[in-house]
Amino acid sequence: MKGWDKFFALASGLCVLVIFAFLFWIIFIIARNGAGTVSWEFFTAAPVEGMTEGGIFPAIYGTVFLVLVMTVFLMPFGVMAGIYLAEYAPQNSRLTQAIRLAVNNLAGVPSIVFGLFGVGFFIQYAGRGLDRTLGLETVFSQPCLLWAAATLAILNLPVVIKTSEEAIKAVPLEHREAAFALGATKLKMIVRVVLPQAFSGILTGAILSVSRGAGEVAPILFTGAAYYLPYIPKLPTDQFMELGYHIFVLSTQSPDVDKTQPLLYGTILVLLLLTLALNTFAIGLRVRMRRKYGR
Amino acid sequence: MKRGERITNSILEGGLKLSALLAIFLIFLIFIFIFKEALPIFTNPGVRSEVDLRDLFASSVWQPVSDHPRFSLLPLFLGTLKLSLIAILFATPLALGAAIFTAEFAPRALKETIKPGIEILAGIPSVVMGAFALLTLASVLQGIFGWTMRLNAVNAGIALGLAIVPTIYSVADDALRAVPGSFREAAYALGSRRNQAIFRVIIPVALPGIFAGFMLGLGRAIGETMIVLLASGNAAILSLDPALSTRSFSATIAAELGEVVFGSTHYAVLFFIGALLFVITFIINLIANLVVERFKVRLAGVA
Repeated sequence: MKGWDKFFALASGLCVLVIFAFLFWIIFIIARNGAGTVSWEFFTAAPVEGMTEGGIFPAIYGTVFLVLVMTVFLMPFGVMAGIYLAEYAPQNSRLTQAIRLAVNNLAGVPSIVFGLFGVGFFIQYAGRGLDRTLGLETVFSQPCLLWAAATLAILNLPVVIKTSEEAIKAVPLEHREAAFALGATKLKMIVRVVLPQAFSGILTGAILSVSRGAGEVAPILFTGAAYYLPYIPKLPTDQFMELGYHIFVLSTQSPDVDKTQPLLYGTILVLLLLTLALNTFAIGLRVRMRRKYGR
Repeated sequence: MKRGERITNSILEGGLKLSALLAIFLIFLIFIFIFKEALPIFTNPGVRSEVDLRDLFASSVWQPVSDHPRFSLLPLFLGTLKLSLIAILFATPLALGAAIFTAEFAPRALKETIKPGIEILAGIPSVVMGAFALLTLASVLQGIFGWTMRLNAVNAGIALGLAIVPTIYSVADDALRAVPGSFREAAYALGSRRNQAIFRVIIPVALPGIFAGFMLGLGRAIGETMIVLLASGNAAILSLDPALSTRSFSATIAAELGEVVFGSTHYAVLFFIGALLFVITFIINLIANLVVERFKVRLAGVA
């Protein structure tokens, strides 16, 4: 390489360097400032003294509870839609194109808009309707974990649909033909042959959406997250504390900024490590899957 | 197949189709239910006496909580524009450069490190990115430029830019790699140097895909909430100065919906902003997705 070629190689390489410099800077700052806070007590204790001391156990618990309920809503619909798009949808029909377009556009809807939808649809419409039908006071028509999880499930639906479809399509055609040759119906072929092979790909989608669900704050701001709760939520109709929301609260509403700082960095570090671990796992799974099918 | 089994099968297959149709259904549902809460602006006389459409688009002050609340979207619009412009200006060259590097220059092993690295960046939650900008980036930038306002549009814009780098990168990278090898070989056969092949052949062919990445990044920058909420200072100032505190549409909803009285004018206006955000990002994403679709079809015809 000479002259301009070299220049462009260096210039474009520099872009990569700048991106990675920022990435390492972010991780380094958070690790350095948060490491001192993270201890056994930090994981297991509740916040005390107006959230200037103590730990973040309720936020961790709430986050896990939240993503579990989200997964229950999300995975069946996401995987079923993925199966339809990969196995049944006529490839050039208008309807299939419309579905794909809708999935792609759903992925681009701002997360705060999902939050508004959660308020307008789940709390004000579905929640009120449920309370009226069941003759309850205010159980479903208020912010709670159930609605926050449902909102996050919708937000993550495109991720799961796309990864499931991709994983299902990656299963070699010969395996399908072998199943058919043995007399299996299409549905049986999908359940017995395709889905088991696509499992790690579908799992990738689940992990990515759990990671995103744990980190998204805007959709849960008004659909169920609480600043502080003196108790641990037991039912999906309770409000909950959450890691990302806790970061927001600690960084904007603290009564004593200097005292809160270590807790804030500790919480950021925990959330960052959680999402990094989940993402690394998902990326690893995907790399392995690609190798397996030689793509 | 027995009759019962056949019926079960068609019910299950119908369920699969319904799940896929859910995506279309949800798009409509989201629009309807957000717009429904914003409707009083158009229909309710009480709300209309406090705000009419002219106020929203023509006046200049956003002051929703006061004895004489004023709901001008103009400062918020300007803020959103300012922030997404900075984000796009910061992110596009970086992401595009990185995509060109991975597609054209990087040896295979390096390529396999860069891509997961950028996916890791994509996995950083926006609230973490926002907190980083609030706690660290803002101080560093203020140290360099000496701004009076520590939290401002540049600070939030850069953090926002970092968040959209992965979006632009992955779409641009896909587009560059989708250019058939034969194009490159033809360019070399005609005596092109590498940079000539990249800039005269590969990038022009991949341009629709690169444009789509840019649009998707823009859409995300306009809608992203937590970064702006934490890092921009959130003052609704009617100015284009990037060194001033700035408030966006998205951050306004996030900051104010929690305090607002259900069914009030302020509540309706916030949902109206939400509907606006939805429509704007929907159009941007639609354009991007249609462009990608056509690009794929065209290249499939060539290769």
